[in-house]
Amino acid sequence: MGKLLSLLTAVSFPIIFIATYKSSYAKAHQFFALMLLSQAGLMGVFLSVDALLFYFFWELALIPAYFLCSIWGGEKRIAVTFKFFIYTFIASLLMLVGIIYLYSKTPDHSFALNSFYNLNLTIQEESWLFWLFFIAFAVKMPIFPFHTWQPDTYEQSPTATTMVLSGIMVKMGVFGVIRWLVPVLPTASWAWGDTVSWLCIIGMIYASLIAIQQDDLKRLIAYSSIAHIGLMCLAIFATNTMSMQGVMIQMFNHGINIIGLWIVVELIERQFKTRKISELGGLAQKAPGLAILLVIVALANVALPLTNAFIGEFLMFSGVFSSTATKYNIVFAATAGISIILSAIYTLNMIQKVFYGNTNALTAETKDIRVNEKMILGIIVIGIVVIGVYPKPILDITQGTVESILSRMITKQP
Amino acid sequence: MMFSGIMSKRSSSIKYLATAGLVLLLVCNLFELSGTRFFTFDVHNMLVFESFGLLFNAIAFASTLIFFLLSGRDIEKVGVHVAEYYALIFFVLCGISVASSFNTLLMLFLGIEIISIPLYILTGSDKRNLKSNEASLKYFLMGAFSTGLMLMGIALIYGAQGNFMIGYGAQMLTPLMSSGLLLLLFSMAFKVSAAPFHFWTPDVYDGAPTVFTSFMATIVKAGAFIAFIRLFSGSFGNVQPQWQLMVAIITAATLLIGNITAVFQQSVKRMLAYSSIAQAGFMMFALVALNNKASEGLIFYTAAYCLATIGVFAILIKMKDYTFEGFNGLAKTNPVLAATNTVFLLSLAGIPATAGFMAKFYMLSAAVENGQVLWLVILGVICAAISVYYYFRVIQAMYFKEGEAQDIITTPVFKGLLIGVAVVIIVLGIFPDWLIDKLYYFVPDL
Repeated sequence: MGKLLSLLTAVSFPIIFIATYKSSYAKAHQFFALMLLSQAGLMGVFLSVDALLFYFFWELALIPAYFLCSIWGGEKRIAVTFKFFIYTFIASLLMLVGIIYLYSKTPDHSFALNSFYNLNLTIQEESWLFWLFFIAFAVKMPIFPFHTWQPDTYEQSPTATTMVLSGIMVKMGVFGVIRWLVPVLPTASWAWGDTVSWLCIIGMIYASLIAIQQDDLKRLIAYSSIAHIGLMCLAIFATNTMSMQGVMIQMFNHGINIIGLWIVVELIERQFKTRKISELGGLAQKAPGLAILLVIVALANVALPLTNAFIGEFLMFSGVFSSTATKYNIVFAATAGISIILSAIYTLNMIQKVFYGNTNALTAETKDIRVNEKMILGIIVIGIVVIGVYPKPILDITQGTVESILSRMITKQP
Repeated sequence: MMFSGIMSKRSSSIKYLATAGLVLLLVCNLFELSGTRFFTFDVHNMLVFESFGLLFNAIAFASTLIFFLLSGRDIEKVGVHVAEYYALIFFVLCGISVASSFNTLLMLFLGIEIISIPLYILTGSDKRNLKSNEASLKYFLMGAFSTGLMLMGIALIYGAQGNFMIGYGAQMLTPLMSSGLLLLLFSMAFKVSAAPFHFWTPDVYDGAPTVFTSFMATIVKAGAFIAFIRLFSGSFGNVQPQWQLMVAIITAATLLIGNITAVFQQSVKRMLAYSSIAQAGFMMFALVALNNKASEGLIFYTAAYCLATIGVFAILIKMKDYTFEGFNGLAKTNPVLAATNTVFLLSLAGIPATAGFMAKFYMLSAAVENGQVLWLVILGVICAAISVYYYFRVIQAMYFKEGEAQDIITTPVFKGLLIGVAVVIIVLGIFPDWLIDKLYYFVPDL
């Protein structure tokens, strides 16, 4: 799993840099230095098997993001990123307390993941540790009700940073749950799985409904991202091979797809200086290249068959549906299904308003995108289709992780 | 040192003399730490030189050295009696070394008094300034009162155990003993400005000349802490369960009052005064936990805190405007100052990869290991998050806000030193063992 996500990080950063090649930043050297620093932090998070090191990288990824948003962001950037920082910092400090507690309980006084696996804790200890860790990860993902920082931050950040935040950084939360929460505290995960799942369900429906109302492209994608992440978290707590594999592949897919969407937003914003859906229209006539590529990426966001997201969401849904971890499995699967329908509504609505219909004064002079931009979006589209048709290589990579986590979970099933 | 003012009229030569003296002191101390002794006094077992105290002395001397180098020029600006200021600082250092290695309550009292009396003078050293005078008087009256309490406490303990030695280890609390303990606890809490005995701190720190505030808030406070933990682990370690809750409540109050009040400050200097109360709250964790990790942590915490705070103050002194707005746009006009200041503030806020993080980490893990006070750990974490707010206000002002260019005169040496201190903070944050191992690297007593 670490391998898969480092791959995602390694693939994403060049794409992000090329896609935002045309954007000019004041003090560009600092911008790219901070971006690369956050990449280093992310890689560290995905690869560390030592809790203290994990925490260290976790914070290391956060601090460059704070500076990136605050220096190069939009008008309200300072207040918004401050909120983001305080949110995540409080949460990660809670996790630090949890880590220290686990450390003091290990017989050999070690921060290693393997020693954490071998802990024997009482159910009360596990329960409150579970929440200390879960809040840290939930803020990062974000799960309702810890999501309020996210739409503002995505909206105000420079697009390149938003890509990092939404494409990769939210995966830190999902990753944390899979590697550091569920296997380390299995008993509590069984006990609290239902509660968490309800939070995910509320978040998915709530975020989808808000997304329908949005007029700003960035905010729309931000809310859609909350809904998708909610589904992943739900699937983790369904605890079976299918749902877990779905989460794994969907982490990768969501990373690619959302970066594709951001690239499109970036292109539109650069050309028209606006992100308001109501001010755009009729782009397809003038920019067919952009339209075709966008529609494919957007359909992947809706999880249509043949796209990569279909594989992930299908696995997750069937996993949730057949889950034995909860007695509400059918309710969960059905409500989550509604959120997919809602996601189709807002995505198609967005396509329709932005790309079809009549052109207006602003969009009459639209130029199509350049070759290099086509190439980048093309790569993403190829990725979408290839994984959508032949997902086996990725599933094979994560097979081992999923099996070992599940085997740990099964032994603690009540 | 005292008489150098008569011999030399030039203040810079006094500064060099003081710095040289301090280097000598530091070198002697380091030799002693590694087991080489130049001379021995018969101290009649009233002082014990062990690695804990000596290592702290080394930190205190080194921090003072950095303080001299960074702020030496500003000491000269305070008034005309430069030699006296240096002499008084040396007196304070003497008091700190006594307080870090006392073995009887008498020496504790002497040490604390040698620390306090020069400070009363230093606080009032800006004679023409009404605020400085007020601060000095306030500090003196309150300090005298708490000293009275301490003496009373010592007398009661003498009555209970029959001698002044610490380390007798009271097995149980007799009424006499416990009232002594209470009085000592209060007076020491006053010295380290723990709530609810903190009211003097903001006024005194604000009124005193900024250079001396820097010294008082860091090295002196750390010295008082070392004495505090020595006293309580030595004398009352065995009856810790009885007083732990009380200290935990004091700690919680200190954390809350320090952090929350700091949020509302408009002046960076006053904010730092409250932040020093907040940091004292974190150092109190050592007292609550009282285990091996706690003493390691306290040593480390004092080093991290002293370095970072001295750095922030050194930059603050150069500013003309002490409000948060005064820092606006500093990153444009003085990138080096802004960058190093950011490192110091990140360290104070306890962000990983800085010494401040490892310090807080040690404190928290000491408390978790103790196991009795998990609620305090959670509270500490929340307070640490609050502290991010006011430290980051300065960073925001420096980097993200436009401001009028202030002409700040700095020398390359000053900048170089700041960078050096920042590097030390980061290195300590990544390799904390480097300092902590010194605690166990010591030849046993003679």
